[in-house]
Amino acid sequence: MRDLGLRFVRHNLFWPTLALVLLLLLNLTKTPDFFSLRVQDGHLYGSLIDILRNSAPTLLIALGMTLVIATRGIDLSVGAVAAISGAVACTYMAGSPDESTAGRAIIAMTMAVGVAVLLGVWNGFLVSVLGIQPIIATLVLMTAGRGLAMLITDGQITTVNNSLFGKVSTGFVVGLPIAILIALAVFAITAVLTRRTALGMLIEAVGINPEASRLAGVRARTITWTVYVFVAFCSGIAGLMIASNTSAADANAAGLFIELDAILAVVIGGTSLAGGRFSLTGTLIGAMFIQTLATTIPTMGIPAETNYLFKAVVVIVVCLLQSPKARAALSVRRPSSLLAKGATS
Amino acid sequence: MSAQAPTIKDLGSSLPDAIRRFTPPPRFYPVLATIALFIGMFGAGSIRYEGFSSPQTILSVLVDNSFLIVLAVGMTFVILTGGIDLSVGSVVALSTMIAASTLRSGWSAPLVIVTVLLTGSVLGLLMGLVIHYFEIQPFIVTLAGMFLARGLCYVISLESIPIKNGTFTSFASGTIEIGDYFITPSVVVALVVLVIAAVVLHMTRFGRTVYAVGGSEQSALLMGLAVAGTKVGVYVISGFCSALAGLLFSIYTLSGYNLGAVGMELDAIAAVVIGGTLLTGGSGLVLGSAVGVLVLGLIQSFISFDGTLSSWWTKITIGVLLLAFVLIQRLFTRRTT
Repeated sequence: MRDLGLRFVRHNLFWPTLALVLLLLLNLTKTPDFFSLRVQDGHLYGSLIDILRNSAPTLLIALGMTLVIATRGIDLSVGAVAAISGAVACTYMAGSPDESTAGRAIIAMTMAVGVAVLLGVWNGFLVSVLGIQPIIATLVLMTAGRGLAMLITDGQITTVNNSLFGKVSTGFVVGLPIAILIALAVFAITAVLTRRTALGMLIEAVGINPEASRLAGVRARTITWTVYVFVAFCSGIAGLMIASNTSAADANAAGLFIELDAILAVVIGGTSLAGGRFSLTGTLIGAMFIQTLATTIPTMGIPAETNYLFKAVVVIVVCLLQSPKARAALSVRRPSSLLAKGATS
Repeated sequence: MSAQAPTIKDLGSSLPDAIRRFTPPPRFYPVLATIALFIGMFGAGSIRYEGFSSPQTILSVLVDNSFLIVLAVGMTFVILTGGIDLSVGSVVALSTMIAASTLRSGWSAPLVIVTVLLTGSVLGLLMGLVIHYFEIQPFIVTLAGMFLARGLCYVISLESIPIKNGTFTSFASGTIEIGDYFITPSVVVALVVLVIAAVVLHMTRFGRTVYAVGGSEQSALLMGLAVAGTKVGVYVISGFCSALAGLLFSIYTLSGYNLGAVGMELDAIAAVVIGGTLLTGGSGLVLGSAVGVLVLGLIQSFISFDGTLSSWWTKITIGVLLLAFVLIQRLFTRRTT
């Protein structure tokens, strides 16, 4: 029994999950009906559904970011790519004569995701072919991307009136918000592709040692390139969700700081920034944690803006927990005593 | 070296020849490229727009960007060791908030200045200690620092606070005239910081160690250099510079604003890169970073002089310049290694 408990505690998802659960329970103390779900007009409503729905864009980007970070990279341009994607979709729809038809929305969204993928190809090219450090290569697009998005929308907040487009963020299918379903579908596809094929292992290999994996016959360059395209694809969809939420493209505010939230979600989920092993489920929990935190703070009566302070504490704690040095310094007694107990039982 | 350097006699006899034969030390190449870009942009602006060619254009760029120069100088130290500091923008905002709120509650100006500079340095020290002793990437530690400083801004006040202190306002309205032109005291502060930084980097043991750590931390350690002190030290310098830049910024805007300086860390990093500092560390000059700031500032001047160009071209141009310099750096490093 103790063995099982120990294995549970030592599982790499134990701490993130525990933190999320504690945070949810904290909400319960203030709002007793926090966990209650109600069905209204065949749609599911409730605080938990809200958290899931609001975390969808961050989760999508964080999924892509997980793979990028697993290859020892980073993508700072995701927020800008999301803004561009929203700008492309809204500007195209607003400019066409039959703005509100479903056909237009589909063309607009396909175009937007297409542009996002192209931007991913560009980022991937800089990193994998030209060999520029990921943080700098993507910094270029992070800086220029907001400018490009404003160029597309001509500096205006472009509003659209299209019911299908609005549904991406606010619509429901079988009682669940579409945003959640999209995010979970991408999660499931990514999980299957990386864990049921060799792809995940290859990504980890590239992250641990690109040169060694190349010599071992792994096409490191192609894999690195692909993950940047994938994260841009995710950012494109996230950008559509953000734009759809307000039925408007705001080139300045859309996806602002989402790259930091996404990176935070990945780190909370236990994926190391040093590359290698990654956990998609961890990222899922991480993204939920960030959104729950954002919900909890106002509930507790603390100004929502101090969110940053709590995020800082989370980053520091998570990093210290992950750092081998800090672990060695902090847990000289604890794990060894736990281990000893585990061994005797 | 002496054979390459032209003598004054050479210059007198055949100037084109002397220029052709003159080869500056390779470490100056990136800075020279930046200076050439700056002169080229200034020339292009002078031809296109009336009144652009006035020296006041450059002086105004200095006036409007003095805080960014200080910030870029601090960032240069960090990047030279191969690190990065994302917290600087937030620390600037925090500094303006601390300055504005303490002044409002009646603290004297010198005390406020010391408090702000100490806060910035201590934040830098903490980040440096965590980065070095727990071996966590600078990127994520300074990201935490960024969140922390921004969060503290909101703890101080949810609204922006005006600054009415006499010392600060007189500093803000003060000008120093040079002939027909003028600069502000902030520019003098920025230039003094620049000179001190250059002296520290090139004439002290600490400065040489900064370059050595950036070149190869392992080698520096094996040579018995004070790697720990240097790595922590550069973050203290960056924190101090951010706080100083925050003071200049609060004088520039005469308020403490918790949403101020968002994304300023990106401007600082861009200026350092455009100034020719290698992001992998070990090579670069603070002078380059200052010229990088001037290039960024000149883009703004272009847009305000033109009047028809939209503000977003600033961001796009910065992105393009960043890309160009990163690509040049890449070619450069590939050739030398």
